[in-house]
Amino acid sequence: MAEPLLTAHGLTKAYGALKATDSLSLDVVHGEIHAVIGPNGAGKTTAIKQLSGEVEPDEGAIHLAGRDITRRPVHERARLGLARSFQITSVFGGFTAEDNVAMAVQAHDGHSFRFWRPARSDPSLRSPARRTLEQVGLGGRGDVIARNLAHGEQRQLEIAMALATSPALLLLDEPMAGMGPDEARRMVDLLSGLKGQVAILLVEHDMDAVFALADRVTVLVTGREVATGSPDAIRADPVVREAYLGEDA
Amino acid sequence: MAIIAAALAVLPPMAEALDESFVIGLFTRIFIFALAAVSLDLILGFGGMVSFGHSAYFGAGAYVVAILSFHGAGGDAPAWPLSLPWLESGLAAWTLAVAAAALLALLIGAVSLRTSGMYFIMITLAFAQMLYYFFVSLEVYGGDDGLSIAQRNSLPGLDLENEAAFYYVCLLILAVCLVLGRRLVHSRFGMVLQGCKENEERMLALGFPTYRYKLTAFVLAGAAAGLAGALMANYMAFVDPALMHWTVSGEIMVMVILGGMGTLAGPVIGAVVLLLLEEILSAYMEHWMIILGPVLVLVVLFARRGIWGWFREGNPDG
Repeated sequence: MAEPLLTAHGLTKAYGALKATDSLSLDVVHGEIHAVIGPNGAGKTTAIKQLSGEVEPDEGAIHLAGRDITRRPVHERARLGLARSFQITSVFGGFTAEDNVAMAVQAHDGHSFRFWRPARSDPSLRSPARRTLEQVGLGGRGDVIARNLAHGEQRQLEIAMALATSPALLLLDEPMAGMGPDEARRMVDLLSGLKGQVAILLVEHDMDAVFALADRVTVLVTGREVATGSPDAIRADPVVREAYLGEDA
Repeated sequence: MAIIAAALAVLPPMAEALDESFVIGLFTRIFIFALAAVSLDLILGFGGMVSFGHSAYFGAGAYVVAILSFHGAGGDAPAWPLSLPWLESGLAAWTLAVAAAALLALLIGAVSLRTSGMYFIMITLAFAQMLYYFFVSLEVYGGDDGLSIAQRNSLPGLDLENEAAFYYVCLLILAVCLVLGRRLVHSRFGMVLQGCKENEERMLALGFPTYRYKLTAFVLAGAAAGLAGALMANYMAFVDPALMHWTVSGEIMVMVILGGMGTLAGPVIGAVVLLLLEEILSAYMEHWMIILGPVLVLVVLFARRGIWGWFREGNPDG
């Protein structure tokens, strides 16, 4: 296997006596979709937050493209190519959809200590923003104020914002959360269309989506990795069935 | 817009013709406070930073002008190098006032912006009050009694002792700052600032080092407030620590909220309305605040976006 894009080694984060993640190790290789599943409270979101930098691990190390980012702040990791979507939709509610994505383009386009030229008429921000909106299926919705978009559309917008920073790796925290079946199917199509372009670490509850999308699956139970493998291997794994899939079905 | 500009341009000769020249001074004061309010709105309305210590920069700018005058060639205690004749020029004195206010904002902002929410409000207030008490106890510069200014700064080819000339200078400075502000809020920097207000967590996740951008805005706002303070010192020919009192911060904030946060016209309108109300009502009653209070409550309840927002949308609560 090629050198992984992201490796996390021995991540431990305890809140009092509770270990949210317990020497968790996982890696993501270029171009793959690596899904992380597990019952509620398994530490999936805590794991994502340690990777994105919002939570500092007590122990362990994180490397992105060979570089140690364990102690780097959130915004530096983003600059190095980590983009993230949030479990609870997090967009700029008062901005239009296109403004939201243009902000992400701007984040990737050098520093923003530019005080004179109007940003809203800058084609180097607006045309990539419009292209990315098209890509996620929000073409024609660019002028809508983000908080007025439907829930599913806001989730698509989040993906667009993550994509617009030209990331190496997308960290997606339950992108299908709260979606109806139609919306969820559109999101699966969108994500499978990204396969190969960008590596994705996907935390998701929707098992159909996970097995449709993932190249590899890691199962977390109470902060610990219990299995990693191809979707078929995971489905067949008796430990996993007992710990997770069985009780879910 | 053109009508307002024309009206403001002919106001001084009109006022003099009608023998009501106090109006010139009233509007000069309005322009100065409008500048202070616009500068606060840059961080409050656009950046979401509720700074309750804006009087610190306003007062600092005023004190720089007064201290330069005090130690100047025509002052009470000439002291080289402050007695150099070119320091009496507004170009030099006001630049120094802006620089001092910007430096102060850099120091206060660098500490305060490590906090947020209620802590940020309290810490900015605390810094301003510290500065207030510092000047109260600074006997050299008059302490509580303040400091008189022998004469206004000079500008090439202008006599600022002339009320109309000073009026036009203040109007021009306000107009230039509004144009600069307009460019700023629509620039990339302005978008980042507004993004920080909308959702700072998101900005960080996108890769923006938000602290740096917010601190820059904080310094720019402090600098503009310092310029307003320098003009105020010239206008009153006097400074005292009351300029830095928290009630001044409150008054500037009321102008912003009354007129409309997050717009450039809003704070200007807020300054006009508040100071005109004060002027008119205080002629009839001592406790004119009794009228202002309910007006503010009504605005906050029924026109959350202030007078300007209500006027622009015809929709008080959108």
